[in-house]
Amino acid sequence: MQRFLAKRAVSSGVSLILLVIAVFFLSRLTGDPTDLYLPIDASQEARENFRALHGLDQPLIVQFFSYLGDLVRLDFGESIRRARPALEVVTEAFAWTLQLAVITMAIVSGAAITLGSLAAFNLGGIFDRIATFFSLIGASAPDFWVAIVAIVVFSVGFGWLPTSGTGTVWHWILPIAVLFIRPFGLILQVVRGSMITALGSAYVKTARAKGVGPRATIFVHALRNAMLPVLTVIGDQAAALLNGAVVVETIFGFPGIGKLMIDSILQRDFSVVLASIMVTAFAIFLMNILIDLAYAALDPRIRY
Amino acid sequence: MADPLLEVRNLSVTFDTARGPVHAVKHVSWAVNRGDVLAILGESGSGKSVSSSAVLDLIDMPPGRIDSGEILFEGRNILEMSAAERRGLNGKRIAMIFQDPLSHLNPVYRVGWQIEETMAIHGTARAEAKAETLRLLAKVGIPDPQAAAEKYPHQFSGGQRQRLMIAMALALKPDVLIADEPTTALDVTVQAQILGLLEELQKETGMALVIITHDLGVVAEIAHRVVVMSKGEIVEAGTAAEVYRNPQHPYTKRLIGAAPGKGEIHPDELDTPPILALQNVSKQYGAFTALHGISYELREGETLAIVGESGSGKSTTARLLLRLEEASGGRALYQGRDLFAMSPKELHGLRRDIQMVFQDPTQSLNPRMTVFQLVSEGWAIHPGIVEKSRWKARVAELLREVGLSEEHMHRHPHQFSGGQRQRIAIARALALEPRIIVCDEAVSALDVQVQAQVIELLDRLKAAHGLSYIFIAHDLPVVRDFADRVIVMQGGRIVEQGGVRQIFDAPREEYTRNLLAASLDPDPEIQARRRAERLERQKLAGEAA
Repeated sequence: MQRFLAKRAVSSGVSLILLVIAVFFLSRLTGDPTDLYLPIDASQEARENFRALHGLDQPLIVQFFSYLGDLVRLDFGESIRRARPALEVVTEAFAWTLQLAVITMAIVSGAAITLGSLAAFNLGGIFDRIATFFSLIGASAPDFWVAIVAIVVFSVGFGWLPTSGTGTVWHWILPIAVLFIRPFGLILQVVRGSMITALGSAYVKTARAKGVGPRATIFVHALRNAMLPVLTVIGDQAAALLNGAVVVETIFGFPGIGKLMIDSILQRDFSVVLASIMVTAFAIFLMNILIDLAYAALDPRIRY
Repeated sequence: MADPLLEVRNLSVTFDTARGPVHAVKHVSWAVNRGDVLAILGESGSGKSVSSSAVLDLIDMPPGRIDSGEILFEGRNILEMSAAERRGLNGKRIAMIFQDPLSHLNPVYRVGWQIEETMAIHGTARAEAKAETLRLLAKVGIPDPQAAAEKYPHQFSGGQRQRLMIAMALALKPDVLIADEPTTALDVTVQAQILGLLEELQKETGMALVIITHDLGVVAEIAHRVVVMSKGEIVEAGTAAEVYRNPQHPYTKRLIGAAPGKGEIHPDELDTPPILALQNVSKQYGAFTALHGISYELREGETLAIVGESGSGKSTTARLLLRLEEASGGRALYQGRDLFAMSPKELHGLRRDIQMVFQDPTQSLNPRMTVFQLVSEGWAIHPGIVEKSRWKARVAELLREVGLSEEHMHRHPHQFSGGQRQRIAIARALALEPRIIVCDEAVSALDVQVQAQVIELLDRLKAAHGLSYIFIAHDLPVVRDFADRVIVMQGGRIVEQGGVRQIFDAPREEYTRNLLAASLDPDPEIQARRRAERLERQKLAGEAA
């Protein structure tokens, strides 16, 4: 177990380093921030001062190594745009996204597992038909469209919910509802398929021969066995949300990491771009380890 | 006479499939009382498990439906009871154990919990159920019940898992225990133990025992009465001895006639020169030693049987010979050259000389290839055996030789029965004109009658093509009928080898004697004698220890 965790930490570390290299050089391709932050008629001197201030006057490779040097001391640099430590800016935004992701995934998982299990238990029944409907919607409805229609209907039309921003519980409803749709459809499909297999298995037959009732058959005997592939998809979908639901966050003006990433790329705010990518990457590595541990907790045959 | 405890009356069950309705059982009737041991005997597809599945409400409806009949338990028709009422009987009054206990135990829960659950759902308090579980585990012969209850199914051996199933089924002292092929996948010695345990518990509790099996030996060992099923119908019923001695229905006659272990034993060993010699061959898997330096020879034209229980290393030798896995040490001399030391290129030329037929033809034949492709594939890999223009004709010839016909050429494996698939696998091996065929449990998965036919086919092909066989098996009666020489293996070592007559009539080693004593004879009288001997041995061994 400890060996497994150590191994994963090492491989994650290597991936992070490769990621830093790739993102560092790629982000520089977006252009020189000086052009963006100083007025068009700024003097050459002012430009050089700006570059020197942010270390942009050095050769790229020198910039890279000095960045790495800072990184080792957990210094992610300054945000050019906000004149605050980049890490601070990023963690603030990440906290928003994390909340959004956790709440959404909790609702999605609970709903998909329950509905998918019931659908599998009675194929062709009412739950199965609801499940098929949502799976189709989840797979085919583009979230930017759903988000805009939702705003038009619920905020503008009925005036029930705020269009964007944060502040009250009401602000959370639309983003969560829109983010819910795609992972719900996908996870539902997987739960249903996996549960069909589990319910047809020999141990479920044993349970029935013992006199176990339908509810315990589904949720005790079959579900835990069916959860491994489901966990994989939940992990995938959660990762997608942690990465920042760029479109949804932008449309709803939600101050999360996705919106921050897009903004900082457009603003050529390199330290923020790098810091936000590293923070999300780290979170995703952490989540993958949690998922692996959950596998082992669910299935005693899996040991690391 | 009072009503029987459990009676199936005139039961007909149909399954609606994509290809139309299948009448799984037609007008089946049987009954058991307390203290009875009834065997339902039948081959695969005979519908032998269907009526007991109906008793426990395990038939999914749809696609299944019950067309007629009733199932009376203590005089009440359980088919008319509510689902909840039937669940109240399941596990409490009527319990069931199955073949393949590994897949029938829930892999993700501790075994103690699973046994407790039987009691808990029928109203026993958890604490009480926990204590009772430990008593049950001890009773079915699981060592260290306290620790065992905390383990998961995969941490037990096959025989122990069946004991766990039995503990689970017997938790509430049911009146009827239905055992569906309870010993089919187990080694003979374990099979004898499990049947012994079932019988002991049946005597002690006085429950009725219904045993579903394809094995006449199991019937001879344990059953008082037997019903014989074929194609969904009961063709014969009576006491076990009556049915064996004096079968009335032609099907029963054929079944008994096909039972292995009754044929001519092969005359003495051949003294032809060896074609293959294994010298001091060993195999390690990490720290585990699967083979401890074994040596044997295969003589030209002989059938050499390798018998042993699971884990004896009998299949490992086959995998090493074909270089499916690399040996850790030793040599395998074929035509004076060491197979283990050959380069891949050299080996390629020799591969066609040694072919293999596996246990499960469903898995060993690629489902997406036609029979023609399967049989001819080797010719593309080993050019020069058959010219491309003659492939069709040659495949047709081979199919006829293994008892199939030319029209089968363009079908896929799933369109054949198990026995036919094994014939295809044999045709495929034969296509390369090999000198040695390794049969790894090649007839174990087949019904007795089909088994007898495949053995006959292998025997005929051997004579026609001058083949030598390495026949790996756990089923001693088949080996007795088919082999010239026998190697008995245990724990990666050869215990004993000799001519088939010597091994069966005058085994030298204790292990071989135990193995033979544990194997079941279809004749109830012989089996009764063998059983008495076995019990005597156990007693002696117990006293000695």
